[in-house]
Amino acid sequence: MTSRAIALRIVPVELLAARRPQRMVERSVMFYRHAWLILVSGFFEPLLYLLSVQVGFSSLIGEVTYDGVSYDYAEFVAPALMAAAAMNGAIFDATGNVFEKLRHSKLYDTVLATPMTASDVALGEIMGAVTRGSLYSIAFVITMWAMGLVGSPLIVLAVPACVLIGFAFASVGMAFTTYMRSWSDLEYINAVTLPLLLFSATFYPLSAYGGWSWIVYFSPLYHGVVIVRGCNLGVLEWSMLGNMAVLLGLSWVGLRFTARRIDGLLLT
Amino acid sequence: MSDAVIIASDLRKQFDNFVAVDGIDFEVRPGESFGFLGPNGAGKTSTMRMIGCVSPITSGSLTVFGLDPNVDGSEIRSRMGVVPQSDQLDPELTVAENLLIYGRYFDISRSECRRRTVELLDFVQLSDRANDQVDPLSGGMKRRLTIARSLINEPELLLLDEPTTGLDPQARHVLWDRLYRLKQRGVTLVLTTHYMDEAEQLCDRLVVMDEGRIAAEGSPRNLIDRYSTREVLELRFAIGENDANAATLEGIGERCELLPDRILIYDDDGEEALGEVHRRGVDPVASLVRRSSLEDVFLRLTGRALVD
Ligand SMILES: Nc1ncnc2c1ncn2[C@@H]1O[C@H](COP(=O)(O)OP(=O)(O)OP(=O)(O)O)[C@@H](O)[C@H]1O
Ligand SMILES: [Mg+2]
Repeated sequence: MTSRAIALRIVPVELLAARRPQRMVERSVMFYRHAWLILVSGFFEPLLYLLSVQVGFSSLIGEVTYDGVSYDYAEFVAPALMAAAAMNGAIFDATGNVFEKLRHSKLYDTVLATPMTASDVALGEIMGAVTRGSLYSIAFVITMWAMGLVGSPLIVLAVPACVLIGFAFASVGMAFTTYMRSWSDLEYINAVTLPLLLFSATFYPLSAYGGWSWIVYFSPLYHGVVIVRGCNLGVLEWSMLGNMAVLLGLSWVGLRFTARRIDGLLLT
Repeated sequence: MSDAVIIASDLRKQFDNFVAVDGIDFEVRPGESFGFLGPNGAGKTSTMRMIGCVSPITSGSLTVFGLDPNVDGSEIRSRMGVVPQSDQLDPELTVAENLLIYGRYFDISRSECRRRTVELLDFVQLSDRANDQVDPLSGGMKRRLTIARSLINEPELLLLDEPTTGLDPQARHVLWDRLYRLKQRGVTLVLTTHYMDEAEQLCDRLVVMDEGRIAAEGSPRNLIDRYSTREVLELRFAIGENDANAATLEGIGERCELLPDRILIYDDDGEEALGEVHRRGVDPVASLVRRSSLEDVFLRLTGRALVD
């Protein structure tokens, strides 16, 4: 009893109520086994990003000065695109796909008739999106390496960093999905992700925003970009713990919200 | 008393301002098969969902396996099987996968899930469709698959919300046989139905629900004895002549029921009543004497014919 009380203080209640979230991942694996084309198609978008960097930007912009040091522009921008791809993939998975299962196929109603709980569904679906996203992140790193865009061996740490980014955006995305009324509500997603992409120090250093740079701190993607970029440029700093904390906080709030909402929507 | 599988007392369910279940009391004993009968909107599904721990009760009390659904929902759900009113199969998976993954939600090992899947597909005669997608299945096949799915965890208690709606007569008889076998094995069955023959076949005991309340409770035989006569005389007339004839028939039998398409006269001796009809010079297009059924009990208690 007391150990449970202590555990409750350390681990969010939602995580404790989730006993078997991995079953949702198992279900997705079962689905992708005969829908592997859908899985593969996810590799292409980030690939196109990288190509555009290689062919386009870097021939125009050679070097960029970041924290007083000069870097190759392609090595500077590629990790930011990796972070953005992790965000996009996670949001895509946690919105359209989840909406279908929540409102149309009634998958979650079925699941909740078993010992599974709303927290299992929320955490499980987010874990599924993150698992899928990490496959793409690994592919992204390999492609970067093949294109000669890797600046530091620390780039391997970018994969777990993208897992964190994916977790944050998938849980916020899924929380949003519980409020969606129809497919057209997906428009709001683009209205949010596009500005995030443009105003997260993705394409240029924070200093380029001048007096407005404080606004950039409000972009969750920015905190992801800082970490992933640090990995590729080989500079890890203590302040990155702060960036991680922002993403963790977002993950937690999103997860909590999602579990509550699913409970309220389906267990009527 | 305390060994009952389900105990509900003064159980209520309210949605916003609408009361769907209005203070019902019932008890289901182990190994029994218990039915809820009632017209559309009576509150059957609402009750089943509360028992299934997917709908919190508004007030009153409910225990399942002696446990409180509010506290031990997960534990209760792990010991029962549910056939919801609408199938809700997983359209992204095949027939066999639907059963496999459902078993996994109960933490049953993969190899055991595979074994039970083969067995259950055979049980509901869908083995040859194992690797097909779910969507192209016919309505009856989907229903059978849903029933197979509900059995994957070898439940002690099975909740069936209109299990045979949409099945052809042959499939219904097969299913009744399967449910009967489960009952033989000691599984407790709770079902709702609109089919009186189904209720008579399957239920040891049933309640008739109407507008969120229980109108009557008993075994099918007992309900017929209490609420109907031994026989019923059915009379059909040409269109538009029902009302006029009803007036003339006044006083024949114990009771008379005027339906849109026929008139029912309740009397212990139907032939005798038919004789009286002819003596009064009434000449129906068709007449039929039959034994009372649950349908008549239902009509008496709810004032409504059953809707399919
Ligand atoms: N989630 C809900 N929100 C609001 N009202 C609801 C909800 N679910 C059921 N109701 C209402 O409760 C009443 C009882 O519904 P219920 O589904 O329990 O009836 P039923 O006996 O199963 O009927 P049927 O034979 O048509 O399946 C209906 O009037 C229905 O509109
Ligand atoms: Mg119903």
